[in-house]
Amino acid sequence: MNFPLLSSLILLPTIGALFIFFTRSSEKNNNTVKYVALFTSFVNFFLSIYLWVLFDQTTSEFQFIEDRVWIENFINYKVGVDGISILFILLTTFITPLCILSINNSIKTRLSEFLIAVLIMESFMIGVFCSLDLVIFYLFFEAGLIPMFLIIGIWGGARRVYSAFKFFLYTLLGSVLMLVAIISIYWITGTTDVVELYKIGIDVKYQNLLWLAFFSSFAVKTPMWPVHTWLPDAHVEAPTAGSVLLAAILLKMAGYGFIRFSLGLFPDASEVFTPLIYALSVIAIIFTSFIALMQEDMKKLIAYSSVAHMGFVTLGIFTLQQQGIEGSIIQMISHGLVSAALFLCVGVVYDRMHSRLINTYGGIVSIIPKYSVLFMLFTLAALGLPGTSGFVGEFLILMAAFKDNFLVAVIASLGVIIGAAYMLWLYKRVVFGKLINNDLKQMIDLNKSELFILSCLGIPTLFFGFYPDPLINTIEVSISDLIEMYNYKLVSKF
Amino acid sequence: MENLQLVFSEIFLSLSIMFLLILGVFKKDSSKLIQNISLILLLITAVITFNETISVSEEKLFNNSVIIDYLSSFMKIITLLAALLVLIISSTYLKAFKIFKIEYPILILSSVLGMMIMISSNDLIVFYMGLELQSLALYVLATFNRDNIKSSEAGLKYFVLSALSSGLLLYGCSLIYGFTGSTNFDVIATQLNSNEYALTFGIVFILVGLAFKISAVPFHMWAPDVYEGSPTSVTLFFTMVPKIAALTVFIRFLYVPFLNLIEQWQMILIFLSIASMLFGAIAAIGQTNLKRLVAYSSIGHVGYALAGLATGTNDGIQSSVIYITIYILMNLGLFSCLLMMKRNNEYYENIDDLSGLSKNHPMLSLSLLIILFSLAGIPPLAGFFAKFYVFKSVIEQSMYFLAVVGLLSTVVAAFYYLRLIKIMYFDKEKEKYDTDHSIWLKFSLTASTLLILIYFIFPSQLIEVVSRINIIQ
Repeated sequence: MNFPLLSSLILLPTIGALFIFFTRSSEKNNNTVKYVALFTSFVNFFLSIYLWVLFDQTTSEFQFIEDRVWIENFINYKVGVDGISILFILLTTFITPLCILSINNSIKTRLSEFLIAVLIMESFMIGVFCSLDLVIFYLFFEAGLIPMFLIIGIWGGARRVYSAFKFFLYTLLGSVLMLVAIISIYWITGTTDVVELYKIGIDVKYQNLLWLAFFSSFAVKTPMWPVHTWLPDAHVEAPTAGSVLLAAILLKMAGYGFIRFSLGLFPDASEVFTPLIYALSVIAIIFTSFIALMQEDMKKLIAYSSVAHMGFVTLGIFTLQQQGIEGSIIQMISHGLVSAALFLCVGVVYDRMHSRLINTYGGIVSIIPKYSVLFMLFTLAALGLPGTSGFVGEFLILMAAFKDNFLVAVIASLGVIIGAAYMLWLYKRVVFGKLINNDLKQMIDLNKSELFILSCLGIPTLFFGFYPDPLINTIEVSISDLIEMYNYKLVSKF
Repeated sequence: MENLQLVFSEIFLSLSIMFLLILGVFKKDSSKLIQNISLILLLITAVITFNETISVSEEKLFNNSVIIDYLSSFMKIITLLAALLVLIISSTYLKAFKIFKIEYPILILSSVLGMMIMISSNDLIVFYMGLELQSLALYVLATFNRDNIKSSEAGLKYFVLSALSSGLLLYGCSLIYGFTGSTNFDVIATQLNSNEYALTFGIVFILVGLAFKISAVPFHMWAPDVYEGSPTSVTLFFTMVPKIAALTVFIRFLYVPFLNLIEQWQMILIFLSIASMLFGAIAAIGQTNLKRLVAYSSIGHVGYALAGLATGTNDGIQSSVIYITIYILMNLGLFSCLLMMKRNNEYYENIDDLSGLSKNHPMLSLSLLIILFSLAGIPPLAGFFAKFYVFKSVIEQSMYFLAVVGLLSTVVAAFYYLRLIKIMYFDKEKEKYDTDHSIWLKFSLTASTLLILIYFIFPSQLIEVVSRINIIQ
């Protein structure tokens, strides 16, 4: 047995968290605990880079598999990665240290508890992306609720209690149905091992109900219209670091789940429900874009734009074409970088002015130029300007959609235009215009760590915009095999 | 000659109770001594029972009216250990109310004896004898703080309603005796004739009586009042120990004589289960007293345990046993927290008193956080696995309605557990509580929290132990 690389990735943040837990926290050693957290998460990041280097891109087989008996004759602890999941692991390990770095002054109380929550969250999220057993997947998927609930509830804004409850109960309600489905799959096939299930398939007569049960969980988490309402609340009330985690990684769990489970396990049902997904995605894109246009709170605007972007993702996944799914994954990675950066941008001005309302600002370009440049970059990336990673994903998705359904693609393309409208309008109102509010003159430009974080997010955004090959090479084989398997199962009618 | 060795633990316990009574009468101020002796006695009895388990697979005594098998031994050991822990952590509380008397350990011991007889019963009469022995002790325990009007009310209420349910239960027994000609479970099983509707009535009456003892909806009305009124340490006892015995009798009664009539009682059990889960979840939302809230939450948890029994399979029984074991563990932790919330010999039991606990007592509130999330059934804590096994056995029998309703009610239940967490973590702090708790209280809280937290690392151990329980041959 080789070195258990994936388990170390999962366990390392937890060990860091335990270490912080046993370090008696006080105001004095706040820096120490922060360094510990930073150190752990950076080590984890380099470990995941190492994983990517070792990763064999020419096969769609699961790699780095660890398979241990967990409950006798029932569940194995099985983890492994393929081209689809490895990028999400990288995204998680990349965002978490930046997230920790970004807590300078925003978290004033109970810093060590906050770091523990973030680190444990990282463990759970890596677990979600590499588990190859349905029960293990569910375990990690649900466990993530606990730290996120606390992050929103303890360190959040004025309506934090409402938002935390809404987040928790919405997600839990969606997920319990998935639990029923998972147990049913065990009852039908006698296994919950994903690799095994890919091979044997699931009887067509059960697929529709099972698909709907999984869908109920993923739809809430994505979030898709009309169950997206928890997201704006959660985002607005969460502290900046919490919003970043939520937008950059938590939302991707559902997109990943759609590809891995809905497509992989229930091809016939996916075929049946594709129109439903198309309809919901298109509604999400158009409807939430219009809502975003009218927001006065910056965080809420970005939250709604997230819903619209995730609409593109679900649309792309269910086109069932190479470009579509590739586009979806790249869109998710790109959204992970860009939305994280946008929330951090809002956090930067919020730390200085303690307001998230758009009309507080205006004309800050001459006061904080560095900030304005970086904010510009991410605004453009969010609206999908060629040369940024946002463009690659959206373009691939729309191309696949045009092949599949002309009408859907046309409407979705309109969403791109509205998307450009609300993002540019936001930028115009915040950065340009006349300087009316005199308090803004006191604002200080980005400090070193903020500059570092935003550049860290900006460089890959631009890099993958010009040269997306590293991403595409990683996922290509896995996706083409997934589609091949999907079509094979459809034809052979299990 | 009967093999009396097998009931040695019961004989030992009853002799010790008599000895303690005599000791208490002749020796002045012996409450501390008797408390300590009782602890040791419970431990010894548990060891004896454990030894029986190793040697015996299944044995029947006294004309087949008492059964010693793996289920009975397992449940007895849990009962004894739970009673031991209750006794050990309640002394500070009793001293604060000046009710630290010799009767308390003796009453607990006698109710435990009653439960052990119930657990081992293979005959309606033996079962009823054990039931009454434990109930009589419990009535007195409920009123133990006799200067407190609420405690007296709780005891009286419990007595009147319990007597009513015992009456129903006896009526059911007599109907069954009338139509089968025997009170022995094994004989009844051979004499069954499903055309006899009166037999079904008998089953229903007995189920009503048992549902009352286990506080399943719609026979739960006594529970909130009694739980609130009784002294907290007695409430702790009520929420854990009698439920083990009642659940065992449920298993024994439904699966030994009446397994062939499963169509008749399955619907009743499904109804009891669904009603308890839903009602427990919804009614708890409006509560402001922690003990009342725990009462409703325990009603809900009983619903999950009954869901496993409704399946009619060995898997279902095992999942119920696992459920009740983990539930007891969680309850122990929860009440340890409650017993820690005291200031100057005064105990606080409203949910507002939890306000801002996390700032003043970070470790206490962290434990409570873990216990509450576990009660809500969030992975990866032990409470999730308890529910998981139950629903696995339910879905294997294609009872999807029960599973979906059960899981949806966990979402409702999650709301009130979350509310407690919200009060602890998101609200403003109040005055500090005392921190000079007895070492045993700290131990029981730490141990239960840790077990709940790390259960997911070794989940197969408990399953392995429980998988030896095979009632259906």
